[in-house]
Amino acid sequence: MKIGILLKQVPDTETKIQLTADKTSVDTSAVKWIVNPYDENAIEAAIQLKEKKGGEVIVFSMGPARCVDAMRTALAMGADRAVRVDTADGEWDSYTTAVALAEALKAEGVELVFAGKQAIDDDASQMVQLVAERMGAASLGIIETFELSEDGKSATVTRPVSGGTKEIIQVTLPAVFGCDKGLNTPRYASLPGIMKAKAKPVVEKKGAELLGGETIKIKKMGYSLPPERQPGRKLTGSPQELVDGLVKFLKEDVKII
Amino acid sequence: MDFNLTPEQDMLRQAVREFAESEIKPQILELDAKEQFSVELTHKMGELGLFGITAPVEYGGQGLDTLSYIIAVEELARVDSSHAATVAAENSLGIGPLVNFGNKTQKEKYLPKLCSGKFLWGFGLTEPNAGSDAGGSQTTANLKDGQWVINGSKIFITNASSPITLGSTVQCISGKRPDGKNEISCIIVEQGTKGFTAKEMHHKMLWRASNTAELYFDDVQVPEENLLGERGAGFKQMLKTLDGGRLSIAAMGLGLAQGALDAAIQYSGERKQFGKTIGSFQANAFKLADMATEVEAGRTLLYKACWLKDSNKPYGKEAAMAKLYCGQLARRVANNAVQIFGGYGLMEEYPVARFYRDAKLLEIGEGTNEIQRLVIARHLGCSI
Ligand SMILES: Cc1cc2nc3c(=O)[nH]c(=O)nc-3n(C[C@H](O)[C@H](O)[C@H](O)COP(=O)(O)OP(=O)(O)OC[C@H]3O[C@@H](n4cnc5c(N)ncnc54)[C@H](O)[C@@H]3O)c2cc1C
Repeated sequence: MKIGILLKQVPDTETKIQLTADKTSVDTSAVKWIVNPYDENAIEAAIQLKEKKGGEVIVFSMGPARCVDAMRTALAMGADRAVRVDTADGEWDSYTTAVALAEALKAEGVELVFAGKQAIDDDASQMVQLVAERMGAASLGIIETFELSEDGKSATVTRPVSGGTKEIIQVTLPAVFGCDKGLNTPRYASLPGIMKAKAKPVVEKKGAELLGGETIKIKKMGYSLPPERQPGRKLTGSPQELVDGLVKFLKEDVKII
Repeated sequence: MDFNLTPEQDMLRQAVREFAESEIKPQILELDAKEQFSVELTHKMGELGLFGITAPVEYGGQGLDTLSYIIAVEELARVDSSHAATVAAENSLGIGPLVNFGNKTQKEKYLPKLCSGKFLWGFGLTEPNAGSDAGGSQTTANLKDGQWVINGSKIFITNASSPITLGSTVQCISGKRPDGKNEISCIIVEQGTKGFTAKEMHHKMLWRASNTAELYFDDVQVPEENLLGERGAGFKQMLKTLDGGRLSIAAMGLGLAQGALDAAIQYSGERKQFGKTIGSFQANAFKLADMATEVEAGRTLLYKACWLKDSNKPYGKEAAMAKLYCGQLARRVANNAVQIFGGYGLMEEYPVARFYRDAKLLEIGEGTNEIQRLVIARHLGCSI
């Protein structure tokens, strides 16, 4: 069985986001890139499945050449090979990204895909559903457990439902699963794993060639950073003065009452 | 000049850093307070591949270069010295001599187990009366009826009495040379051999989660084939082992300094006095600037020494320089970090207190500062 992983390289959570001078995109020159944290759970799920049932684990990532660094992490953890869908010469939103990734997955004959439930950069949370739709596969947005059936044709997963209830779902493959933190504990890339990853193949596909005429549905017009928070105002004095001050502030300054 | 690390070295740094932050950091306060060696963490470090980093793949090692090894130790020490010590001593002193001087049988017998990190091995050089003067060992090994009979003792031997220690390489006087001087040889002694006692040392000021042992040999008998390499080569083997070991002690100094610097930068941006963050006072900001500059200088010196070793060029002088510089660097930076933390820096809840204690070993172990200067001066041609 071919097991696919969707992996996104995202800025480290501690990165201070800066915009380009024209404010049409994020300035990535000083960004430290990491594997999207939820994708680490997807990688772990895929590798655990391979260890139990055999098969081949293929990592798919969409992005420029720097994405290879993130894919190497997955290879070092135990994935077998990688396909990078290059983003040059294309216009990308969640939709076109999903179209290209689904084409790449189909071309490899992947039937079972693990992805992070969302990417922590844009938090769009659309890839699992969109890719599944384009592949003609089922999608399960957030899973907490995963079990493949004996015959490998279906899987049983649990999903959280509000109020702490769990939903147990059986799904026929092909399917795309969104992985959450609780699913497993991602392993570290070991030193021997890192060295082995060096020899594992990473092929490149041109994303623009996978679109089949599809075009973006959403265009980003610009970015703005949240306004700097103003320092709070502290009132001092006797209880009477405090109340008077607060009422005056609410009435006259911010005009809430 | 190419200062780029390979993508693999970058990944290795990242992997070890994440491991140290998420596995060692949460446990170290307690392990350090209780002076406890952790078998569990040692096994986890083994799974990560941290033992036998430069040892050949055929014996279970990772077959990596010196710089990769040094980066791994640096990243461990950035979080905790005890665990960095377990790894550095095991790679350089435990596994190293077996790889470099062992015969095929010895390698096959011990290396796969040691490289897995499931077991540890000590290197017994220092004695109660032979520290800096490592050639002045008094422990003797007499060959009698195909058996070495060993008598004497060793002190301060890292990894030699943990619950997972398999044995130690022991430097002994094995006879007299024709010139009348002592003949020195290294002999393998397994744990559990009759007459051999390995006793854990307690009440250490630092490296408290690392295992340190006293070894006693009372008519210990081991087969003749337990000789490591050639008879009489013990002193040369020791010098070669220490040249390499110095790089890993330097890496511990560099890593500790980086950890202390990182903590100090963060704290000085958070702590407020006189209505401002303390990092906005020039005295502190300049201190941080000096600390960062020295860390960078230490890294450059150490990586250069690794590069020399990996390029098969002589590196003994640079290794001693890196050990000397990075050992002192660790102490200075840890000291400044505590200063920046003020009173809180003296409390064990904050990592800089532990950094401050742990740093001192680096000016003493594997050759004191004075001995490094001796080594460097001799490389310069001084007849000292
Ligand atoms: C935690 C820990 C772990 C250790 N692990 C190991 C290990 O795994 N294996 C091992 O074999 N050893 C180990 N050691 C021992 C360590 O290497 C020695 O402590 C060190 O070499 C110094 O020897 P000493 O303590 O006997 O000091 P001494 O040699 O007695 O030195 C005392 C002082 O005199 C100075 N001095 C001595 N000779 C000279 C000279 N010629 N010129 C100028 N100054 C001089 C020294 O620099 C020092 O300041 C460990 C020690 C510790 C504390």
